[in-house]
Amino acid sequence: MDINRRAFLKTAGAGLIASAFPLSLVKLAFGADSPVQDFTFGYISDAHIQQIKGDKFVRNWDMGLIRAVREANLLTPRPDFFMFGGDLAQLGKKEELDHGLEIMSRLRGKVHYVTGEHDYYLDLGEYWKSKISPLYYSFDHKGVHFVVLSSILTYDNWIHKNWGDPMQRMLAMARLDNPDGSPFLVGEEQLTWLKKDLEKIAKAVPIVVFSHSPIQKIFKPWNFWTDDADAVQALLRPFEKVTVIYGHVHQIQYNQIGNISFHAVMATAWPWPYPESYTQLPNCLPKLTVPMNRADPFFERDATGWQFIDLSSGKTAMRYQLPDNTNRAVAYNTRTGRPEDLNYQEYQQRIPPQIHY
Amino acid sequence: MRTNKKLLGVSLAVLTAGIFLTAAFSIQAGEFTQSDLERWDKEFMSVVTKGDKLFHSAIGTNKVSCDQCHPNAANTHPETYPKFQQQLGRVVSLFEMVNWCIQNPLEGEPLLADDPKMVALLSYIHYERRGVPMAPGKH
Repeated sequence: MDINRRAFLKTAGAGLIASAFPLSLVKLAFGADSPVQDFTFGYISDAHIQQIKGDKFVRNWDMGLIRAVREANLLTPRPDFFMFGGDLAQLGKKEELDHGLEIMSRLRGKVHYVTGEHDYYLDLGEYWKSKISPLYYSFDHKGVHFVVLSSILTYDNWIHKNWGDPMQRMLAMARLDNPDGSPFLVGEEQLTWLKKDLEKIAKAVPIVVFSHSPIQKIFKPWNFWTDDADAVQALLRPFEKVTVIYGHVHQIQYNQIGNISFHAVMATAWPWPYPESYTQLPNCLPKLTVPMNRADPFFERDATGWQFIDLSSGKTAMRYQLPDNTNRAVAYNTRTGRPEDLNYQEYQQRIPPQIHY
Repeated sequence: MRTNKKLLGVSLAVLTAGIFLTAAFSIQAGEFTQSDLERWDKEFMSVVTKGDKLFHSAIGTNKVSCDQCHPNAANTHPETYPKFQQQLGRVVSLFEMVNWCIQNPLEGEPLLADDPKMVALLSYIHYERRGVPMAPGKH
């Protein structure tokens, strides 16, 4: 643990130094009068705490979240707050959510929560709302407007099918490759709320949206997808600086659509294949994305991780903390107007483990 | 002794009937019809379906299933086996890696290579990767 701790602190320190140069340039470009302050926050996501029986939980997934919390507690200086990006539980059970919350309670700092489909489809978010947070809400921090969406809703006719036991509905949605699944949706109620929420925000104020699923259409068969993504994007389009950060995909992804930068976060539980690894169906993985390293199954934390995020003048730099892998950093490049990996963006700079097939 | 004689009698009768039938319907070894193809495909697909079910079930001891990490059996790369598995230091077949996953992330017992369950799992994994060129040894 001592060696890991030292190695981690060293890596985290190097990351902060590396960030100093591009960030100072952005600050000059933005102007000194802005009320927007620079700060960092941490992001942990997709823990998938899974109950076996009674007080027995899947060790592997527990260890992923425990490790992320321990590492995040070593961050110095402390981030302003943490996000949890959804899928705290595997099958939405109270026992799973409680056990996940117990591990999360050791994280030092305020945590804001995003709902994932694995947290929701057993009781349609009832326990989550009573114990953790509303499904959607917004808050302001140091001149940035943050919006948390519940993007994992779906169509009523699927939700209210004759399931018999609600666990059957939960299991159907929990299976990523379920051909009888249903596409994710933000829905009319939230779109109306979002429109109203954004009305009072000046167009120059940076907006950061947190959702569980991508608010863009990448691969429908695995719900790397939100059916009404276009409607959400349309509401975000008038703003000068918009970032959407999402979980669900368990992998590094990033994209730029107009004024909106998109970033995915890593899971603490397990990695998922890039859609191109399933050769039977076409996909729309953003071309900009330099993939994470292919997972080594013999090292159970490989291709998992968590991230801390620099928010400088309203633009994000994602710092991926990847156990036993070189940490990755993907930051907004003001020259090209899109997020780019600080080391691997050019094709010649990529390494063999980043080739997926 | 009597039983053996009886068995011999039955065998001879079956053999005679077989020769008669062969002559009567002109069945030739190595020839098959469209309906044979359909039947064989159906046989294969029934095993693929069994494999699909196993792949999406808790076949170890901790309720974890294969598809949790491998939706549609993606990232299993069946076309690259046998290959040098650097973590084991030798060339392995795909069934050994399936067993590795059953024993470790799924915390279960390994299956024999010809266990119908293993054959079903491999059938599903290969079927989801159909059309991809063979690439033994590829990393």
